[in-house]
Amino acid sequence: MTYLKFGIAVLLFGAAPFFLASFHISLLTEILILAIFALSLNILVGYTGLVSLGHAAFFGAGAYAAGLIGQHVSAEIITTLLGGVLVSFMLALVVGIFCMKVNGFYFLMLTLAFSQMIYSFIYQSTTWTGGSNGLTGIPTPSLLGLELSNIVWVFYVTAILFLLLYAGISIFVKSPFGRVLVGIKENETRLKSMGYNTKIYRYVAFVISGTLGGLSGVLFTYFNGFIAPTNVYWTMSGTVLIMVLIGGAGTMIGPVLGAALIVILETVIATYTDMWMLLLGVIFIFFVIFLPEGIYGVWQRSTRKWLKGKIPQPELKKVDREKVS
Amino acid sequence: MSTRSILEVNHINKRFGGLEILKDISFQVQPGERIGIIGPNGAGKTTFFNLLTGDLTPSQGTITYQGKDVTDEPNYQRTRRGIVRTFQKNNLLDNLTVLDNLLLVLQRKHGLKNTWFRVRNEKNYEALYEEAEELLETWGLYPVSNKIVKNLSYGEQRQIEIMLGIATDPEILLLDEPTAGMSQTETDEIVRLLDDLPKDLTIMIVEHDLDVIFGLAERILVLHEGYIMNDDTPETIRHDARVNDIYMGKKGVS
Repeated sequence: MTYLKFGIAVLLFGAAPFFLASFHISLLTEILILAIFALSLNILVGYTGLVSLGHAAFFGAGAYAAGLIGQHVSAEIITTLLGGVLVSFMLALVVGIFCMKVNGFYFLMLTLAFSQMIYSFIYQSTTWTGGSNGLTGIPTPSLLGLELSNIVWVFYVTAILFLLLYAGISIFVKSPFGRVLVGIKENETRLKSMGYNTKIYRYVAFVISGTLGGLSGVLFTYFNGFIAPTNVYWTMSGTVLIMVLIGGAGTMIGPVLGAALIVILETVIATYTDMWMLLLGVIFIFFVIFLPEGIYGVWQRSTRKWLKGKIPQPELKKVDREKVS
Repeated sequence: MSTRSILEVNHINKRFGGLEILKDISFQVQPGERIGIIGPNGAGKTTFFNLLTGDLTPSQGTITYQGKDVTDEPNYQRTRRGIVRTFQKNNLLDNLTVLDNLLLVLQRKHGLKNTWFRVRNEKNYEALYEEAEELLETWGLYPVSNKIVKNLSYGEQRQIEIMLGIATDPEILLLDEPTAGMSQTETDEIVRLLDDLPKDLTIMIVEHDLDVIFGLAERILVLHEGYIMNDDTPETIRHDARVNDIYMGKKGVS
């Protein structure tokens, strides 16, 4: 069943450029990039229970690193991708050391503080990053010497990485390690008395989350060809957090739906009015008050009600039934 | 004698600000002993447990476990050494299933906690699931193993609490009021299960239900205002005039 779904997704993404106009492909690419970004944050927020308001730092670190490497070293995707991911990985290693020491509100404030530090660093290093003008003149990415000048190629690169990451993270959160993270979210005290050194687990979750956030930043440079400091600003962290929460934190598909909803709404609404942020606020308030479990949570709840009695509940089967009763 | 003891507590003191909760507590536990700890509310019983498990560190004094000084070790480290506790208030992973709660305990023992890229299911981890099923059966929780913990009755949650402790493979098990808030039938069931535990398992138990304590323990510590007032056999404690005065009221127990 899982393989089937995955296969269908591969086929759909593979066939998409043949059916969709390039505007829609571009929209889809943006959705997938931000979906990866939201998925990476979801490891922290949804599975480990650590709400970060500084995730844009990793997005920005990956994006700027990829852009600079593209300008100064090589525009080869393999180089920029590895370089960008490595930079955000190292950043997460350092920032994580401080952030794993605290919980809850303090974690939120600390991640915010770090991301704003990264922001001002980027904003003020005008010679390298272009400061408030943003990083311009990033060469078109190329794969093995072939220039990815068409959006379709960028889309394929993004889609492949998205599918791999989606599958990888799905397995990861269902693995024994992933269950420990869910346990930390649920009740860290208990996990400690079970014998888990929970700090290390939180640290690892933080580093994975930050590294993958950087990856989405790298993809964003390919897609956009330009990076503005606002991509590192805390509003970006806020937006991705909203994507996770609106879509459904702690589920796999939730953040993807959240990213899709936000990107589509923004694209549609921006053609009529400039007050996109105002509307985003309204949407967020609506979800928090009326649908706190997010889009996917609502869907799950309604289908469960609808299917009640039709789907057998999962059960342990191995033990001899006679012995039990 | 002292070289053979599994746990040694030396002159322990615990202060919260100016308030001295535990005053100069010393005693030893021999392997396989069943020790009951009684005392009126506020005598420091739970604080004492928290010091043994590492949830708190003592203000003074040392704790030695199997010849090793563990006074400054964090709680998860002590759990790995075999000092395992259950909680007075149910302290479970409320939004997960009973099975998930149990598997989290077992997977660490099975050395799987750092497995990242292998989905956890029956097929991949057979030994793990078998042990889980066995425990669930023993504790009568098999029929609810796929239920979310917070939807279960208080008594069932209490049973899970104790089952998790035992699943952790303790060498010394600290039970903090295991039967608190349970009905008589449920209490009897818990007592029976505790009685069935292997005899070489060391147990320390804090309990308000004196029948449970006198039934299980072969040695009783009476805590009173932060001191160990008595340390004796159940029989002696039962007839001690001071204990009767302080703890059980003037009437005493028969």
